[in-house]
Amino acid sequence: MQTIDMGQTPLREVNAALQAQTTTTNQTKWVLENPRGAHAVAVGLDAPIEVVVKGSTGYYCAGMNKQATVQIEGSAGPGVAENMMSGTVIIEGDASQYAGATGHGGLLVVKGNASSRCGISMKGIDIVVHGNVGHMSAFLAQKGNLVVLGDAGEALGDSIYEARLFVRGKVKSLGADCIEKEMRPEHVEILRDLLDRAGADARPEEFRRYGSARKLYNFHVDHAGEY
Amino acid sequence: MEKTPPTTPRQSWTFSNEINSEIRRAAATGIYDIRGGGAKRRVPHFDDLLFLGASISRYPLEGYREKCATNVVLGTRFAKKPIEIAMPITIAGMSFGSLSGPAKEALGRGATLAGTSTTTGDGGMTEEERGHSEKLVYQYLPSRYGMNPDDLRRADAIEVVVGQGAKPGGGGMLLGQKITERVAGMRDLPVGIDQRSACRHPDWTGPDDLEIKILELREVTGWEKPIYVKIGGARPYYDTALAVKAGADVVVLDGMQGGTAATQEVFIEHIGQPTLACIRPAVQALQDLGMHREVQLIVSGGIRTGADVAKALALGADAVSIGTAALVAIGDNDPKWESEYNKLGTTTGAYDDWHEGRDPAGITTQDPDLAARLDPVEAGRKLRNYLSVLNLECQTIARACGKSHVHNLEPEDLCALTIEAAAMAGVPLAGTNWIPGRTGF
Ligand SMILES: Cc1cc2nc3c(=O)[nH]c(=O)nc-3n(C[C@H](O)[C@H](O)[C@H](O)COP(=O)(O)O)c2cc1C
Repeated sequence: MQTIDMGQTPLREVNAALQAQTTTTNQTKWVLENPRGAHAVAVGLDAPIEVVVKGSTGYYCAGMNKQATVQIEGSAGPGVAENMMSGTVIIEGDASQYAGATGHGGLLVVKGNASSRCGISMKGIDIVVHGNVGHMSAFLAQKGNLVVLGDAGEALGDSIYEARLFVRGKVKSLGADCIEKEMRPEHVEILRDLLDRAGADARPEEFRRYGSARKLYNFHVDHAGEY
Repeated sequence: MEKTPPTTPRQSWTFSNEINSEIRRAAATGIYDIRGGGAKRRVPHFDDLLFLGASISRYPLEGYREKCATNVVLGTRFAKKPIEIAMPITIAGMSFGSLSGPAKEALGRGATLAGTSTTTGDGGMTEEERGHSEKLVYQYLPSRYGMNPDDLRRADAIEVVVGQGAKPGGGGMLLGQKITERVAGMRDLPVGIDQRSACRHPDWTGPDDLEIKILELREVTGWEKPIYVKIGGARPYYDTALAVKAGADVVVLDGMQGGTAATQEVFIEHIGQPTLACIRPAVQALQDLGMHREVQLIVSGGIRTGADVAKALALGADAVSIGTAALVAIGDNDPKWESEYNKLGTTTGAYDDWHEGRDPAGITTQDPDLAARLDPVEAGRKLRNYLSVLNLECQTIARACGKSHVHNLEPEDLCALTIEAAAMAGVPLAGTNWIPGRTGF
């Protein structure tokens, strides 16, 4: 196990060490101490390593992650795991705005709550939030799954494309072109798997599914007010 | 009985045929007009400026004999690997999706032959483009379509797009006809839908966030790549200052004549300032911060000739970038397609329905048959020729002004033909010492 004290080591060195790991590395476990809210911690990783961050982080922790598992033992600032491609990011605390923004793949787990715009423009990532999500979550969500065990704020899934949204609690309001959809057996399976991988104590049957009404996909004058 | 002499039917200036046709179009469809290209109205431009040339007090350089350098280094502030281009002209970001694969390839080939860089666009990086561009700038846009860290690292520079001159404050638009399987796949969208790209970045707002975003991009790419920030000509002084504050290596400033693949006509013609009006405020911001030439300034929007290039440089830019002119050079709006333009209800020079994907020249299309009309090798050669003419023209002017490097051109080499241009460019009206807004009569 490699331990880096971020109180002593410049960010550039921390990231360079993590980014230097390759698929065949045997230094698979890393611990980052004293992150003290630093920005851009553990970004751009591309190796099957495990990074544990002992504390809270600033903006864009684990941004653009590939393959790595990053666990934040604290809360995460805005844009955690933004544009993630693969791998897993787990936040023990809460996540600020835009968690998992534009993520293409991988799994993001927020054990606490996620703030507004969680999963904005998501492009294939799976996000599981154990608590609530804020307003405008899954705005313009293109692909992937957003699972919310708690409640969702206003305008959930506004201008959504093909992403699937599963919410167990209340939804304050749905955004433009987002509707409740039938939960079919294949959705139950997807959800079961995600809940399982995210260590969430919930049953798929307790959730409702939301997605696109696909009315804004091609311009129609009668829907002009929705755009 | 003698007939009353008829009066000639009088057309209204306010309600011209053009305006009335737009009213009828709007009434029939219920949607605003969308088109490609930049502002078509006449606004004060580089044509309204002239170079003074050499005289007794300034002596010229011998054409072709005495050296007048044109090379430009971009990204000297923070990047470990700045980009050096052979001429002060680059190819602007134009999306794959709006342009065909062969068109992107032609741009890469032409730029590479000319020793300069080209730029990706909304929709991500294509192999055609990476493969044929020796120096490729990767745009980082609000939509983040196709954005991934591998392409970020394969790029030679990164351009964070905040705005575009044709539509400062606007997002992207690609109509269903152009969302083919390949385009849709790259953008993670269903085939055939109208695709709207966001107008704001999804994970940052404001200059303080931008600074952290730039930090992240640098950390992901090992502080190697120059980071550009592209802004539309809205508030050039403050936007330039804020981009510098956020850590940009290069500021790309695009005025209202700048082209777009598809935007509402009302946006193109009514939002943003002319290119000419944007340059001096941006340069002033750089000078006020002690960053002129330290952070490079690339200007775009309506650059057509070497004279335009030279004038932009004289006003303080380090380089220019071209979109529309590059497309024309490779065959856009060519008279040889006149009969086909007529079938589309338009004519050579006016064809701007680039969003509809039926371009006879095979450039702004995703239709494989149309796209196959463009030979990327030949088109690339034409672009190289055109770029080299721009460079030679710019050099000719610089020599005539006695400059051994095109960057030595300065506002003092210029005068203006109109009061408006004099005020915007901050150079005297021809034949006077008067710079409106700066000096008395
Ligand atoms: C067909 C086309 C597509 C464009 N796509 C983009 C784009 O994806 N991203 C961007 O920042 N600008 C885009 N632009 C704007 C250009 O980067 C550039 O700012 C503009 O074309 C410069 O003005 P000019 O066309 O007068 O040379 C596009 C322009 C055109 C003509």
